[in-house]
Amino acid sequence: MIEAENLTVRYGGVTSLDGMTVTFQSGTCGLIGPNGAGKTTFFNVLSGFVRPAAGTVRAFDQDLLAMAHYRRARWGLRRTFQTEQAIEDLSVFDNVAMVHEHARLGGSSRRQAVLDALAFVGLTGDPYATVTALSAGDRRLLEVARAVVGRPRLVLLDEPAAGLPEEETAHLSEVIRRIPEHTGALTIMVDHDMSLVSACCQTTAVLDFGKLIACGPTAGVLRDEHVMRAYLGTAEV
Amino acid sequence: MALDTARITASAPKRSPLHMPPARALTRIGILAVLLLFVLLALPQVLSLYYIDAMTQAAVYSMVTLGLGVLVGRVGLYSLGQVAVMAVGAWAAARLLFATAQPFPLVLLEAGLITMVAGTLLGLPALRMRGLYLALITLMLAGAISVVLATTNFPNGGHGFLGYDSASAHVPAIRRPGVAASDPAYFRYSVIIAIAMFLLVLVHLRTRPGRAWAAIRQSESAALAAGVNTTFYKLWAFALASFMTGVAGGVMAGAVRYLYSITFQPQDSITLLAVVLMAGAYSLWGAVLAALLVQLLPALLNNWGVPADWLTILFGLGVLQALTTAPRGLADQVPKDLARLAGLLRRPARQSAPPEGSSR
Repeated sequence: MIEAENLTVRYGGVTSLDGMTVTFQSGTCGLIGPNGAGKTTFFNVLSGFVRPAAGTVRAFDQDLLAMAHYRRARWGLRRTFQTEQAIEDLSVFDNVAMVHEHARLGGSSRRQAVLDALAFVGLTGDPYATVTALSAGDRRLLEVARAVVGRPRLVLLDEPAAGLPEEETAHLSEVIRRIPEHTGALTIMVDHDMSLVSACCQTTAVLDFGKLIACGPTAGVLRDEHVMRAYLGTAEV
Repeated sequence: MALDTARITASAPKRSPLHMPPARALTRIGILAVLLLFVLLALPQVLSLYYIDAMTQAAVYSMVTLGLGVLVGRVGLYSLGQVAVMAVGAWAAARLLFATAQPFPLVLLEAGLITMVAGTLLGLPALRMRGLYLALITLMLAGAISVVLATTNFPNGGHGFLGYDSASAHVPAIRRPGVAASDPAYFRYSVIIAIAMFLLVLVHLRTRPGRAWAAIRQSESAALAAGVNTTFYKLWAFALASFMTGVAGGVMAGAVRYLYSITFQPQDSITLLAVVLMAGAYSLWGAVLAALLVQLLPALLNNWGVPADWLTILFGLGVLQALTTAPRGLADQVPKDLARLAGLLRRPARQSAPPEGSSR
C-alpha cells in the first residue's frame, strides 16, 4: 500500500502537483489525466528525481522520501520511462541482470531470476542478443522485465504501450495484468490508452491540474462526470 | 531456397561479444595470442632502437588512452587532464625509485595508487557537472599541476620530500627493473604491464561496474532508477583511469630515465582526447590505435623528414571525420569498411556462379 499525502511540487511558477492526496492499495492501479496533469511528476517524486515542496509518501509503512534515490531500487521500487530506456551497449540478459545486481539479492540466483523475468514478459529469443537487435515492442517488454526482476514491491509503468501497434499492446496488457500475482508488487500504470487502462487496472485514480479529482473502481471512474469534463472540456452546467 | 537462407542470416540476432559461438571466440583468442607473441618476441628483433623507443612510448600511452577511453567512451565523462595525471604518476614513481630499493612492479603499483587518489580528486567536479564544464575544469587543474611541476621539477636523486637537487652536477638515471635493463627488454616489460591494464579494464567491463557505466552513459535517470549509485560509479571510473594513467607514468619514468616537466605539456591532453575520439573511445582496440597514432606516427614522420607538426592538422581532420561519419571511431569503422570492400569484391564472383538452390 502506498499513501501520498498533500504532495506539492512546484517548478518555478508552475505548480505541477497541488496538494495531491491518494492511496493505492494493491494489484494494478491506473493513474490517468490530461497532459500536464502531474502523472509523471508523481512518478518522479516516488523515484526521487523530484523533491516535493510539501507532503509525505508512506510506502508499505516506510517513509519513501527519506530514502536516497538509488536505494529505492534496492528497497523494491522499479520504474519504466515514457521513452524506453533499454541500455543499448548491453545484451538483453545484462539489461535485466544489472537491475538484479543493484537490488543486492545475491549472485547465486541471478541467472535464474533474470531468465524467469524474461520468460514472464514473453521474451523467448536469445538472451545474449544485443538490445539493438530487438524490435520496438520487444524493447518495451524488456523494460517490463527489468521492472519485475528481483522482488519488486512497487512497479511504476509510465506509458508502457506508447507507440505500440494494437496486437503488441494486447500482449503487453496481459503481461501487466499478471505483474501483481507474479511478483506481489503494487503496480501503478500511467497511460492515455483507456482500453489498456480498463483492461489492466481494477482501480484508477484521475489527476487534473495536480489534484486528485477521482479515485475508485476503473469502470466507475471512467464514467465519472468530472473525469469526462477534465478530458473533454464539457461546459459547466 | 538461397533467398531464404539469406534472410535467416540477416535476421539472426546480433549477439553480444561475450557470448559468441565458441569457434569464433577461439579464433579471436588465437589471432590475439599470435599478435601478442609477434609484438613481444619478433618486434624487438626486427626494429631499430629508434623504433623500439617509439613503440615503448606507444605501450605507455596505450594505458593512458585506455583510461581516457573508459572515461569518455564508457561513462561519458570528458577529461582534458590525463597527461598531467600521467606526470603525477611519473613523479611518484621517480621519487620512490630514488628513495627506496623496492622492486619495480611494487613501485608501479604504489605510483598507480597515489595517482588514483590524486586523479579521483581531479574527478570530484564530475559529480556535479558533465560535458564542456567538466572538460574545462580538468584542463585548468591539469594546467595547475604543470605549473607546480615546472617549479618543483622531477626528482633527480636529491633529498627531502621533492627529491630535487639543483646543484648536483651528475644526475643519476632512473633505475629500471633488473630483468628489463636494455631497451628491447624494457619494451617487452612495458607491453606486459599494458596487457595487465587491458585485462583489468576487461574484467571491469564484463562485470558490475561495466554494466553500471553503460547505464550511466545512456541515461543517468535510468541508471538511478535501476539502483545504480551513479556518484560512486563515476568516481570509480575516475579512480580506475587515474590508476592506469599513474602506472603509465611510472613505466614512462623507467623508459626515458630522465624526466623533465617540459615532457608533459597540458595541451598534449587536448590532442590526446582528439586522437582517442578519432581512433575510437568505445573499444579497447581504439586505445591501442590511439597510442600508435600519437607515438609511432610522429616517430615515422620524423624518420621520413616530415615535420611532425603536420599531425595536429591531420588529427584535426581525423576528429572531424570521426565525429561526422564514424562516431565510434576508426577502430569500429575500418573493420566494417574492410568487410564491405570484401563483400563488393566477392559479389561479382557470386553473380556469375549459378545460385546454390537452383541446382537441385
